[in-house]
Amino acid sequence: MTAPRDKLERPVVVVTGMGIMTSLGAGKADNWAKLVAGESGIRTITRFPVDGLKTTMAGTVDFVSVDPFSSTGLSERMAELVTEEALAQAGIGAKADFPGPLFLAVAPVEVEWPQRRELGRAVGAPDFTYDDLLRISGGGKYSAYHHRFMFGSVAAYLAETFGTKGSPISLSTACASGATSIQLGVEAIRRGETDAALCVATDGTVNPEALVRFSLLSALSTQNDPPQAASRPFSKNRDGFVMAEGAGALVLESYEAATARGAKILGVIAGCGELTDSFHRTRSSPDGKPIIGCMNKTLADAGMTPDQIDHINAHGTATPENDKMEFNTTSAVFGELAQKIPVTSNKSMVGHTISAAGAVEAIFSLLTLEHQRIPPTINYETPDPTILFNVVGNKARDARVTAVMSNSFGFGGQNASLILTREPA
Amino acid sequence: MTDTASKPGQTEVWITGIGLATSLGEGLDANWAALSEKRINVDEERFAPYIVHPLMPVSFDSQIPKKGDQRQMEAWQRIGTYAAGLALDSAGIKGNKDILSKIDMVVAAGGGERDLNVDTGVLTAEAKGANAPGFLNERLMSDLRPTLFLAQLSNLLAGNIAIVHGLGGTSRTFMGEEVAGADAARIALARIASGESDIALVGGSHNGERKDLLVLYEFGDFNLKDKFAPVWARKDHAGFALGSAGAFLVLESKAHAQARGAKPFARLTSVVADLARRKQPGDMAATLEQLWAKLPRREGKGAIISGATGAEPATSEEHDFLKGHADFPVRSTGTMFGHTMETQFPLGIALAALSISRGALFPPNDSTGTEIEMQGAPTQIVVVGAGHWRGEGMALVEAVG
Repeated sequence: MTAPRDKLERPVVVVTGMGIMTSLGAGKADNWAKLVAGESGIRTITRFPVDGLKTTMAGTVDFVSVDPFSSTGLSERMAELVTEEALAQAGIGAKADFPGPLFLAVAPVEVEWPQRRELGRAVGAPDFTYDDLLRISGGGKYSAYHHRFMFGSVAAYLAETFGTKGSPISLSTACASGATSIQLGVEAIRRGETDAALCVATDGTVNPEALVRFSLLSALSTQNDPPQAASRPFSKNRDGFVMAEGAGALVLESYEAATARGAKILGVIAGCGELTDSFHRTRSSPDGKPIIGCMNKTLADAGMTPDQIDHINAHGTATPENDKMEFNTTSAVFGELAQKIPVTSNKSMVGHTISAAGAVEAIFSLLTLEHQRIPPTINYETPDPTILFNVVGNKARDARVTAVMSNSFGFGGQNASLILTREPA
Repeated sequence: MTDTASKPGQTEVWITGIGLATSLGEGLDANWAALSEKRINVDEERFAPYIVHPLMPVSFDSQIPKKGDQRQMEAWQRIGTYAAGLALDSAGIKGNKDILSKIDMVVAAGGGERDLNVDTGVLTAEAKGANAPGFLNERLMSDLRPTLFLAQLSNLLAGNIAIVHGLGGTSRTFMGEEVAGADAARIALARIASGESDIALVGGSHNGERKDLLVLYEFGDFNLKDKFAPVWARKDHAGFALGSAGAFLVLESKAHAQARGAKPFARLTSVVADLARRKQPGDMAATLEQLWAKLPRREGKGAIISGATGAEPATSEEHDFLKGHADFPVRSTGTMFGHTMETQFPLGIALAALSISRGALFPPNDSTGTEIEMQGAPTQIVVVGAGHWRGEGMALVEAVG
């Protein structure tokens, strides 16, 4: 039995339900089996033509149908499915009556090309201006598109479907969004505002413009053939991240509330931390201080020391800069332990699920704790000699894992870390 | 329902800085003067038949000294970064590395402006028969500015504020139209009241002078057309006029403010928010009534600053709610500033704090009798923010007692 309060006298926050979807498949069982088998979900894109693109592969979720299709619609549907899985596991509340707030990490929403093209065709002339598009937008014909492309639309749908309480928060902290959604839930429970929180993160934005945007920033891998080998975290020949889709949902509860209703406890969110980097829009401060500070804040929040962390679920995007920076900053915090603690990057297999990544990887971390087995970092054939992590390369590894640090770093100087532990005996 | 009221034993939270850049002007004096003189800045020509409240031009250099930084942003980010700088100045912490290195930021943001030439170019080429499979890809690869993405990303408003003003604490961006502004204030207040945070920068910014936004809201027939009227007088000619504005607040624990000798404009006592289902007439008004009941109002003169948009049926529902609280004189930010979406709620809190600190509510500007004169100084102002489609928020701003 663990105490209902942590070292800082706050309610202990536990996880009682999880749902996940990635390019590997739907659900925890399928994802975990493929993850520890070292399977890749990255494939050549078939959703739209890839002619003229430098990067032609991604970790798309193609087995979920959405009609009419939009990235926001796919994000919404995936979020709904993973939430159903998490709630079924948690067995909390009643149907459409979740007893707490929703914190949703979701990609920024905007009108997309299929809808813009529909508008262009509706003008019915070969030459027109933006004003002509504006002129035909009203009258109710496209009212569904207003609702679809409101930033708050996905959260509103989930809140109504699952009966979460209060105003649902839609948030973006770029690639750290998933971790931030968990952090907001943890804080709400620690403050005593609620006994439970639903934290969901979703991203279904593999579309032509999103791909072009990251491509123009030289952030994506262009090692298209074979696609399964494109994402190479910590390798010498890594050349960027692979865009991917996915979603994760976690039911958080206070330990007291969870045990009072006899819920099975899947793990503890022992610590959360975040720290802003004001150096550059897309690059980390060269001295790594904000990331170092983020990891240190997270350790302090958990009341733990580096030697108590026995696995790191790395951000590990496979961009040249990230992986190097992550090793250097981890070394600054963990000292020589940075070369001993087993480190893995789930992105080698599922790609970078952007807004969802923090939650997806937190769930994989909790599954690692449950199974006492660390999923591999695949495509680890040519280690970068300057990155001296103890990488769990290519094959899953059995290990005694009691506490995992999961890191997320994003554009706009967003850094967030989580520490996840098992329920102490 | 989620709510953030300071509970007994919790830290009192003060508003110690306000930054405003709006269609009425820059800074507190210019905005106050325009409100007092009932001046409204609307442009009925540039986007005719649509009406917008354009930003009163500002010299961005004074808050964003590097041209390189300005070039990396689109207008909505420049407006916000500018207003954030004004708020830090107002709080007396601009350049104060000790404080800025730990300040927590919660920003309410929409998204970035599209390159209309690129969009129109693709669509007209397709209308003329361009239909190769990779046509869109090739045009986007060659025509999009590489850094435009960063000017569009929601969380890059916060990112730019951090870079330009040197903020190094935490940074969270909330999206979701109007109620995102209420939720930003709600979470920042909760964190300070509970001791998780000492000081926070909260706010948002919006560029209403955008055809891509007009298209989005035109989908739902939400845009005000042809003729301007105060929000309460639009029932038969409904809609909102988009407005450009940046509004930021520095929220601070009383102890933190006192330790550095900072003076409060007002106290932010409570922020509450909810999501009415809005399936039946009266749903939204009922939710507003529930939120109202949660605010710990006291004896003393009160007023309401409403962010009603002018869109229907939300504005009429809010009007019904307001009628039940006629002892609180009402003012509409939508009439004076236009609809600034995520920014409307922080703007409302800013004007509430300003009114309390200046010892008067600004005068009514309304032809329907909804807004009435107020004599004497308000000691408590309720900020109401009901979204044009979804989301309801409310805040209580009080004189520091």
